[in-house]
Amino acid sequence: MDWILVLEWVIKSIVLILFGLVGFAYTTYYERRALARIQTRIGPNRAGPFGLLQPVADGIKLIFNEELIPAKADRFLFLLAPVLTVLPSLIIWAVVPWGTSITLFGRDIPLYLADINVGVLYVMAVASIAVYGIVIAGWSSNSKYPLLGSLRSTAQIISYELSLGLAFVGPILLSDSMSMIQIVEKQQETYWFFILQPLGFVIFLLAVLAEVNRAPFDMPEAEQELVGGYHTEYSGMKFALFFMAEYIKMIAVSAIAATLFLGGYSGPFVDTLPWLGPIYLLLKIIILLFGMIWVRGTLPRFRYDRLMGFGWKIMLPAALINVFITAVVIVLLK
Amino acid sequence: MKIPELMLVNEIFRGLWTTFKSMFEKPVTIQYPEEKREPKPRFKGRHALKRYENGLEKCIGCALCAAACPSDAIFVEPAENTDKKRYSPGERYAVTYEINLLRCIYCGFCADACPTEAIVLEKIYELAYRDRNEAFFTKEKLLDPVSDPDLETPQTVEPGSFPRSIPLMKDPV
Repeated sequence: MDWILVLEWVIKSIVLILFGLVGFAYTTYYERRALARIQTRIGPNRAGPFGLLQPVADGIKLIFNEELIPAKADRFLFLLAPVLTVLPSLIIWAVVPWGTSITLFGRDIPLYLADINVGVLYVMAVASIAVYGIVIAGWSSNSKYPLLGSLRSTAQIISYELSLGLAFVGPILLSDSMSMIQIVEKQQETYWFFILQPLGFVIFLLAVLAEVNRAPFDMPEAEQELVGGYHTEYSGMKFALFFMAEYIKMIAVSAIAATLFLGGYSGPFVDTLPWLGPIYLLLKIIILLFGMIWVRGTLPRFRYDRLMGFGWKIMLPAALINVFITAVVIVLLK
Repeated sequence: MKIPELMLVNEIFRGLWTTFKSMFEKPVTIQYPEEKREPKPRFKGRHALKRYENGLEKCIGCALCAAACPSDAIFVEPAENTDKKRYSPGERYAVTYEINLLRCIYCGFCADACPTEAIVLEKIYELAYRDRNEAFFTKEKLLDPVSDPDLETPQTVEPGSFPRSIPLMKDPV
């Protein structure tokens, strides 16, 4: 392993993390503008041209916020929780393929950080780690609303993780691989998997909404009942980390949805012009993010028992049927 | 799945369509400092002290406004007019007229009580202060400016031109 390869990985990691952070900032802006349009308002348009500096202003405001730690909180875990929440949302990006490879400075540089043969499993595993951060945040705050919020979150994420995992199985069966790259390549050969897996795609999108705690499944942070949910006691940059985790995860799951079901980086002319790959993926991410914002701007929050009932009684059986039918059809076609 | 729940799915799509349509409507936002909304006709904002067309102040310093004020926000100190130094067409005028806008509740009782319609509530609503003392509106700040600098009070008038202690409501000259 030569040092240039290490350098390449380091640079790619930094670029991905920066993408995550800038993406987080501008997803908040995007969401605020889109929600404002849905509500026939204008949205933030004062800071900088078209309000583009609004995320910067928000960031500066959060940095200067007072960092408050409740007197009876468990200090170590209280500080650990936001870090545990934000890290998984950043390391998911390692397996998302942005394209095949481009040639830069005489080197063939693949547009992904790692092509591991259990890419999908890695995504599943890493995405679920974030729930530890939420549970720890709720517990270490030593306060009732955060605790209730984090308990809800645990129950919800575990329920929806099952359907999410089963929704992953469809693309895995169809492409005969768990590697994200091979899943995309298979989609280039055949159809994008949302055509072959419409039910799987819908289940994936719904489960993902619950997974990242977005409306209408934002039970863990239901403002009206739980103040701020698990992050009630957090302020300043520690709160910003939770906020960041939520938005980076939104982008990450959009990227994964695009990769598994919408052909990832594939699109017209991407074979001859590989740098189009990242652009196509970004476009798909933006469209999927709009979907999330649109749903948030439309639907009220589910009642908690309805949410659990929906997860266990409708989503899980539907996902199982989807996997069953997919498997049978694949076997019959062989 | 029960039938009502299936209808719920239909309602979700109807809701999504409604919000999607609303994205293409004109925003209702008024970009405040640049665009200002015209206040309603009966809007009651900050007070102003009016003048007659000949420049004399309408206020005759009777302090009925201070008496009517439910929050005791008005202070009036009257003084005698002379023909050499005439401020108002009446017998007296307000030498001090202060409104504490931190106490004022904009009820408009002062305007109702005024016998000469000297004090009225204008449509001024931009009343932010950097200092509490700025909320004390003195006579200089409340009084309408004169149209012509020659008409500035105090005026010197012919003796005997203003015999009434309370002027008639119409323009007294």
